[in-house]
Amino acid sequence: MGSFSLHASCLAQPKLPWSNDCSQNLNSLKLPALQQRGPNFGSRKASKVLAFYGLKSPPYELDALEPYMSKRLMETHWGEHHHGYVEGLNKQLEKNDILYGYTLDELVKVTYNNGNPLPEFNNAAQVWNHDFFWESMQPGGGGMPELGLLQQIEKDFGSFTNFKEKFIEAALSLFGSGWVWLVLKRREKRLEVVKTSNAVNPIVWDDIPLISLDTWEHAYYQDYKNDRGKYVNAFMNHLVSWHVATVRIIRAEAFVNLGEPKIPVA
Amino acid sequence: MAATATATISPPCALIPYQGLRGALVSTRTFQSTKNQRQCGRAAAAPISAKFDLKPPPYPLDALEPHMSQGTMSYHWGKHHRGYVEKLNMQIVGTDLDGMSLEDIIILSYNKGDILPAFNNAAQIWNHDFFWESMVPNGGGKPSGDLLELIERDFGSFEKFSAKFRSAASTQFGSGWVWLAYKANRLNVGNASNPRPSDEDKKLVVVKSPNAVNPLVWDYLPLLTIDVWEHAYDLDFQSRRADYVSMFMEKLVSWETVSARLEMAKAQAVEREREEEKRKYEEDNKNSSNEAVEMYLDSDTEDSEVNDQM
Repeated sequence: MGSFSLHASCLAQPKLPWSNDCSQNLNSLKLPALQQRGPNFGSRKASKVLAFYGLKSPPYELDALEPYMSKRLMETHWGEHHHGYVEGLNKQLEKNDILYGYTLDELVKVTYNNGNPLPEFNNAAQVWNHDFFWESMQPGGGGMPELGLLQQIEKDFGSFTNFKEKFIEAALSLFGSGWVWLVLKRREKRLEVVKTSNAVNPIVWDDIPLISLDTWEHAYYQDYKNDRGKYVNAFMNHLVSWHVATVRIIRAEAFVNLGEPKIPVA
Repeated sequence: MAATATATISPPCALIPYQGLRGALVSTRTFQSTKNQRQCGRAAAAPISAKFDLKPPPYPLDALEPHMSQGTMSYHWGKHHRGYVEKLNMQIVGTDLDGMSLEDIIILSYNKGDILPAFNNAAQIWNHDFFWESMVPNGGGKPSGDLLELIERDFGSFEKFSAKFRSAASTQFGSGWVWLAYKANRLNVGNASNPRPSDEDKKLVVVKSPNAVNPLVWDYLPLLTIDVWEHAYDLDFQSRRADYVSMFMEKLVSWETVSARLEMAKAQAVEREREEEKRKYEEDNKNSSNEAVEMYLDSDTEDSEVNDQM
């Protein structure tokens, strides 16, 4: 099992409301200024830091998603691809004196560089994306969301069935490599289905993703070969974790006002 | 490339579809011409439609074992490549694109980068045809003759070219293709951005392209390609793309095919040069006939000046 990341992506894990959050507006986010620092900043005796980010394990055993996502596929996807992105990122950061001291979220946004991504972006974003993806699934997943999340979906898509159709259609029409997301748009204050290419994800636009589906071919080829439709259905019906999605939207409601505030009458 | 549109256009009895310079290389699909002959005899029963066919690789599906497994070939060609053909046929029915050659559809639907729906499928069909033909059982090794000379001229050595090609293939992020291409003499292609806008021309270059894009849209002449979409190597190599690329270079590349393509590319470049020269010559002639008239007028005025002074 891999070591836990020191800078866990805040959005991916349920956190207590008063703990350190990272889903603020990028403007108010106090990012350390980009300056020559390096791992030895402030201490002559500090030994050289070689590992910056860790490979985070999925919150279940590698065989827990059988038969919809086989253990063999998980070993390749997590153990080789995800691991490869972590190692690639750490190697790049070794040679980079400026990108130091960021959380993974911050690193993704900074290296996205407003659409002119730095070389580290692909690796950083893919590490983040895969962390988020494992947590978007659970053994015995699928089914439907409940209560508030279901209400919000019905409000923004008309019905859960309509949302499901939209999500599946996005996954099937995505050409090349990419991801499909159910995302809470911060400015529009509504849920939307969004598809992104390669490593791009919604946090670079300051939106709040609730679930994601990896449509890179490596995510399903060993189990489903070219049949992406079957994979997407397996994900929707048996893997997606509406529990995690609910926790994520509850957190998001602390930052995005989704309804009319109930002002008590004196 | 036999403009891979083996378009079964009926009823005109144009039996052998014009394949042009590029068709010379590929083994002509003779069954197509007999099909046309048969249809010519009958009264035009079938509606006029041009459909693309799924062209098989020039070797059986297990011929590239153990380097590229039959399993991979049966999915890659049998499902992915076939899927692109079927989807394109559905897309072009009843549209302007129906009846056009595959390459024309690609250039048109690329639309200078703002791609139209038919582009992905059309380009992927072309790319895969080109890819199968870039490989051969017991391939690999080194090129020879003109091709090797040009490689050594433009990259320094074959090893340097090989390293560049492998590096490009490993660093193409996401889905895409890596190419060895011949950059010929039309620099202003008026179609998307030329990835090598330098003064050098008639040069070999290594270029990489995302998703379905290929060098035809930049007006380059492709010579060799490797598919780095994950479906090309996931079953055999999982995440180890570098191993897949090595295997391709060492065991599968058909340098014979690449050499033949280079000859055609050079011939096309020469032809273009001639056309350019002809066009320039015609323009110059127009200009010089104007000058003759002006000179006559000038000498007239000079005489009058002389006369005045006197």
